[in-house]
Amino acid sequence: MTKVVAVTGNEAVANAFRQIEPDVCAAYPITPQTELMQRFASFVSNGQVKTELILVESEHSALSACVGAAAAGGRVATATSSQGLALMWEILFIAAGFRLPIVMPVVNRALSAPINIHCDHSDAMGARDSGWIQLWSENAQEAYDNTIQAFRIAEDMDIRLPVMVCYDGFIISHSIERIEYLDDETVKSFVGDYKPLFPLLDVDNPKSFGPLILTDLYHEVRKAHSETYKKVPQVVLRVAEEFEKISGRKYGFFEAYRLEDAEIGIVILNSAAGTTKDVIDEYRQRGVKVGLLKPRLFRPFPYEEIGNALKHLKALCVLDRADAFGGSYGPLYLDIAASLCNYSQKPLLINRIYGLGGRDYMPEQAAKVIEELMEIAKTGKVGSLKEYIGVRE
Amino acid sequence: MATPLNLKELSKQEIRFTAGHRLCAGCAAPTVVKMILLAACDYPVVAASSTGCLEVSSCISTYTAWKIPWIHNAFENAAATLSGVETMYRALKKQGKIDRDIKFIAICGDGGTYDIGFQSLSGAMERGHDMLYVCYDNGAYMNTGIQRSGATPTFADTTTCPAGAVIPGKPQQRKDLTRIMAAHGIPYVAQASPSHWPDLMKKVRKAIETPGAKFINIFTPCNRGWRSRTDDAILLSRLAVETCFWPLYEVENGVTRVTVKPKEKKPIVEFLKAQGRFKHIFEPGREQMIEAIQQAIDKNWERLLKEEEISASGEKAE
Repeated sequence: MTKVVAVTGNEAVANAFRQIEPDVCAAYPITPQTELMQRFASFVSNGQVKTELILVESEHSALSACVGAAAAGGRVATATSSQGLALMWEILFIAAGFRLPIVMPVVNRALSAPINIHCDHSDAMGARDSGWIQLWSENAQEAYDNTIQAFRIAEDMDIRLPVMVCYDGFIISHSIERIEYLDDETVKSFVGDYKPLFPLLDVDNPKSFGPLILTDLYHEVRKAHSETYKKVPQVVLRVAEEFEKISGRKYGFFEAYRLEDAEIGIVILNSAAGTTKDVIDEYRQRGVKVGLLKPRLFRPFPYEEIGNALKHLKALCVLDRADAFGGSYGPLYLDIAASLCNYSQKPLLINRIYGLGGRDYMPEQAAKVIEELMEIAKTGKVGSLKEYIGVRE
Repeated sequence: MATPLNLKELSKQEIRFTAGHRLCAGCAAPTVVKMILLAACDYPVVAASSTGCLEVSSCISTYTAWKIPWIHNAFENAAATLSGVETMYRALKKQGKIDRDIKFIAICGDGGTYDIGFQSLSGAMERGHDMLYVCYDNGAYMNTGIQRSGATPTFADTTTCPAGAVIPGKPQQRKDLTRIMAAHGIPYVAQASPSHWPDLMKKVRKAIETPGAKFINIFTPCNRGWRSRTDDAILLSRLAVETCFWPLYEVENGVTRVTVKPKEKKPIVEFLKAQGRFKHIFEPGREQMIEAIQQAIDKNWERLLKEEEISASGEKAE
């Protein structure tokens, strides 16, 4: 039985944690994630969950403790944002390299300098090649649903990999929305019992974690690791199918919105997709064939499926809420371009950087992009490939 | 009943750190590890190590020298990592999924403890995890090739503060980590040396039998870094104790006790002259450097004795 509530994104995810009851959670405050673990801490204090909390002295230690706890042999979660994720960077690779199924909501926030507490995606984008699976979420409902599915994906015996659930700081984490909670028992039975694999606490069968592997085998170990990610998409779809049965909500690699018959399109992640869809509806009413693709599974990136969904377009704008400094393009743009590169017929591409450090993404910005795409589709000419939009003059 | 810490009984126990590891000939670290695990022989142990000599030499590719569960995560986070393992143990024990009594021991070098791992250690101790953190202190980053650390003694020659014409080795004093750990107010802190193995093993035994966070700093000679004879590890450990360079003491629930008092305090020269890393301070005209080292040791030793006295009288007053 579902329950309709009005809650913030952080509260929704804290409630998912309450329903899942990880054995161990590490917590360290950072805006805008703080409220999530704070709410969860009150569930622990009130005895509503069996979870043991580790209130660490840094995010580096948060993830380090999660690595220890997961290797010990139980269900583990933590959460972070921005600088916290940057501080974890070293250990992200170790958690993935150890194949530990840790779940970590990342409440997206800009990186310093200058220091800024508001939303953009530069934090999670900086971690995109660390070996963590990344699920991105448009709203509180998706953040809640993705968190529940993340445990099943991470703990799948075919992959055993850590998962980040990304949702926008403040815009989603602190805004109250209508969402549907599944009931506790449904979530518990969906997630199921944790199955340990080579747990450190099995003292009768001692295992060593973290060997030194040099030129003899490192290359092979990394190849084997890379191969593991090929199995992820099927696991994500399988879990999504089962989730649809308990929730009625459908998830896949991405959401395609009015894309099938579209001539021009926009690719955008997370909360800004909602605004964009509204503007698309307006243009559709005026007869403009425009659609949207919103990636959900960003790592591993479903190149083939996304390329197939976009190749028929004439013009496409990838909107990035993170820049790649040093003269490169936005991280999402690079992946979209790669997904299309081998098709002979493909759209002309532009990359627009929007919304850094919490700059509002307004309907007029989406409209301007659509107008530009209409022009490109008509003339076949791309002016400037990469530009910032929404800049104060 | 606990296994008595005597040679006869200990010789019957399994050595849980095997031969075939790749630590250097004459390294004191494996000796220290074996002593720790023997002292803990009545329990299953889960161990953690930071990146460093012990780690890179004990678990390579498909081989491991550890007969117990062991985890290496990174350089600066052994304490945080083990605190995670220990927390999962408590979580699963609470749920009735584990009924064994398991002990948790981190064994890490001074670089991973005094310097880069200090925050992680301090945090884990402050949180009071039921674990023992052991630092095997060889006084420099030996694994990367003898760079100075916060544990390097004054005037020692290292590759990052080499004894030169202007700078005569490490200019600063070493960090007194054992006192810093005692200042955390944890139930048990001690300093030990493999030359005094019954003292070392008693301390480890006491630590693992004490609930909460514990710290032991163990003197661990490194002939490669110290430019000493390969077979001098135990001799140098003994000289460190007898010169009061490395006093053997414990701080148990805030009460300081010197566990081994040298019958005759030897001059520090005896400890220094056996090591090539101090060779330069024996050059003519540098006598005041040896004098400065001696004075610092005397001052620390007197302070320690005074602390012991104050602790003892405080105990009586209670």
